[in-house]
Amino acid sequence: MKRKVVSVLLVAAMTMGVLAGCGSSSSKSGSSAKATVNNEKEGKVINIYVWNEEFQSRLNDYYSEVEKVSDDKSITYLKDGTEIHWTVNPNQNGVYQDKLDQALKKQDSASTDDKVDMYLVEADYALKYTDANANVSVPLKDLGITDDDLSDQYQYTKDVVTDANGEIRGTSWQATPGLFAYRRSIAKKVFGTDDPDKVQEKLADWNKFDEAAKEMKDNGYFMLSSVADTFRVFSNNVSGKWVEGTTVKVDKNLMNWVEQSKKYTDEGLNHNVSGQWTDEWNKDQAADSKVFGFFYSTWGINFTLQQNAGKEGSGDWAVCDGPQPFYWGGSWLVAANGTDNPKHVKDIMLQLTANKDNLVKITKDTQDYTNTQTGMTELASDPKYGSDFLGGQNHIKLFAEVAPTIDMSNISPYDQGCGEVFQNSFGDYFNGKIDEAKAKENFESAIKERYPELTDVEWP
Amino acid sequence: MKSNRSKNKSVSYERWGYLFILPFFVTFLIFSLIPLVDTIRYSFYEFYTSGLIEVGPNFVGLDNYKALLESDLLKYAGNTFIMWIAGFIPQIVIAMILAAWFTDHRIRIHGLQFFKVVIYLPNLIMASAFAMLFFTLFSDAGPVNQILMSMGVISHPIRFMISTVGARSLIALMNFLMWFGNTAIMLMAAIMGINPALFEAAELDGCNHAKIFRYVTLPLIRPILGYTLITSIIGGLQMFDVPQILTNGAGAPDRTTMTLIMFLNKHLASKNYGMAGALSVYLFVISAILCFIVFKMMQDEDAAAAKKAEKKAKKQRKERA
Repeated sequence: MKRKVVSVLLVAAMTMGVLAGCGSSSSKSGSSAKATVNNEKEGKVINIYVWNEEFQSRLNDYYSEVEKVSDDKSITYLKDGTEIHWTVNPNQNGVYQDKLDQALKKQDSASTDDKVDMYLVEADYALKYTDANANVSVPLKDLGITDDDLSDQYQYTKDVVTDANGEIRGTSWQATPGLFAYRRSIAKKVFGTDDPDKVQEKLADWNKFDEAAKEMKDNGYFMLSSVADTFRVFSNNVSGKWVEGTTVKVDKNLMNWVEQSKKYTDEGLNHNVSGQWTDEWNKDQAADSKVFGFFYSTWGINFTLQQNAGKEGSGDWAVCDGPQPFYWGGSWLVAANGTDNPKHVKDIMLQLTANKDNLVKITKDTQDYTNTQTGMTELASDPKYGSDFLGGQNHIKLFAEVAPTIDMSNISPYDQGCGEVFQNSFGDYFNGKIDEAKAKENFESAIKERYPELTDVEWP
Repeated sequence: MKSNRSKNKSVSYERWGYLFILPFFVTFLIFSLIPLVDTIRYSFYEFYTSGLIEVGPNFVGLDNYKALLESDLLKYAGNTFIMWIAGFIPQIVIAMILAAWFTDHRIRIHGLQFFKVVIYLPNLIMASAFAMLFFTLFSDAGPVNQILMSMGVISHPIRFMISTVGARSLIALMNFLMWFGNTAIMLMAAIMGINPALFEAAELDGCNHAKIFRYVTLPLIRPILGYTLITSIIGGLQMFDVPQILTNGAGAPDRTTMTLIMFLNKHLASKNYGMAGALSVYLFVISAILCFIVFKMMQDEDAAAAKKAEKKAKKQRKERA
């Protein structure tokens, strides 16, 4: 008898174990029509989705409620006992968006501690999440953040995340105008001067830029590291959106990029590394490399270039406007629809993106260009302010001139995918493996794989 | 109570057997059979996600299948085949040589166990980690290029990843390195299962090594060779992680290292379940056909002959009757 009972128990235990894994909570994905803010009680855990550690370190360093950070940095403890849990997924190949989309789909059924409370979006795909129809973000108004709170921010940073109904659904601590960062030592050897104004004259438009590139080559240097370095400068200066309806419209200026990149690669004007964020590209920014300069926006200089250049490279860099104004990146904080920590989210947003003192402090400490017009103007005209890394140059002054000109009216939800696939497809053409027609063909098939809803591609 | 107990003494265990295999069948049903049927069902639907909005499922008949035939499906099948065969030929040749050496009682290699472990080791590394390792080794500024340059063999770094031959060879090389040990050990087991008397007899009859291998060993390990071929073909069709990691999902250059499963993954990444389902059905059909051909090829000829003879005999008997 006993044996029988035991075996029944065993079988039951086994079956349970097998079935336990599939106890899925099937819920309807269509969430309620109106964004919901639960004002009753704050949850114990704030889940924040990010793609790198930039915002994480900003919050840990400048949010006044932070008590301590766990050793592996995955949890930030706040003074009132609430925990911030960080989920980091890389941006490349759309991984970050995939994971975020999955989490947002489960938002309704997830337990309060698992709900996404806040996530970051980049300009390339901000529209996907701030779309009123997608309904995955909370308008700032509903959190209790007023237009007055944000009045000192750059207008474009608000325009990007404003939905069709005119409601702002995100907020950023930075503005991201771009500049051309170059090596002072090489400028001195080749141009005879490292003065930013004089170097700017040499690079004032693309024709002069090409001539300067030849000069670099004659002296044994490379003007640029990879073809991807100039992509943003061209793709920001287009006349229309990437996608209209279901048609991909390739802009004339992107074909200019193709033409220039082919020329630079064939003539050896660039170092032809395989792309940005690769090992070789990082090495090209080190002190002993022969690459003259990089197009970078604000965060790139303090977050990427300074790290790659190391101690030896410090002081050897300077920035100038370059041939065309552009912007690159930018991170917006978005409150997830269904968050159970609206008060915390509001507080984090206000402290980190709308508090002038805090923002100016960030700029002074990290040289990031922060989203406060008055604060940045003050720093720009401060003769005492300068960056040691840039040899004492006041880069804020240059950024402050470019920032008001940023126009993001041509961004679309497809920007990241289109940009990535376009560069990938033409990479083989630059390396002489295929002709231009084949590269176009490859782009067409790849973009339709990435976005099944797109039907046609129009070339200029 | 006592009489009761004696009644129960002979518990019938048959029912318990079914209960114990139940977990497998339940798992199989939930995790394999239902998704399998769903895959085939969705292949007839338009079903994908655009941004955060789901489109479909709308029934579209065979449209997905047609669209796939119009795409570069055959080219990717070709890529897969080329990279598979380029890895499989050295794999089976080296494995056979090693198996013959290791099992030959006249050569007597010292430290046989050690070598067995060593040749099997690459198989223990995760394929993606292996691919990442090769990516770093053979990158433009990687150690392979640096060693070659410092030795003066080349003056400029070789850019392996931008040439079709380079990228394909690297993938074939990795597949070969990962699998030749596994195959060698399997063949060794097969050879050791052969009756030693046969080898002795062949030797007495004056066969040399090559002849013994050709006329004794090879025919007798044919079932295992067939098994290796089938598993390798199926594995080859599913080639994914190595080229995916090595080319960062792009199948570069010019999509010449794009395998069928990478193509499938592209559709899954954009959550295009309809198209991905249709592609999976194609793959299923292709692998079924390949397996059938190989199985027929490898079927014991003697058995086939015996069957034929039996049929003939039957016919004759019938005729006689």
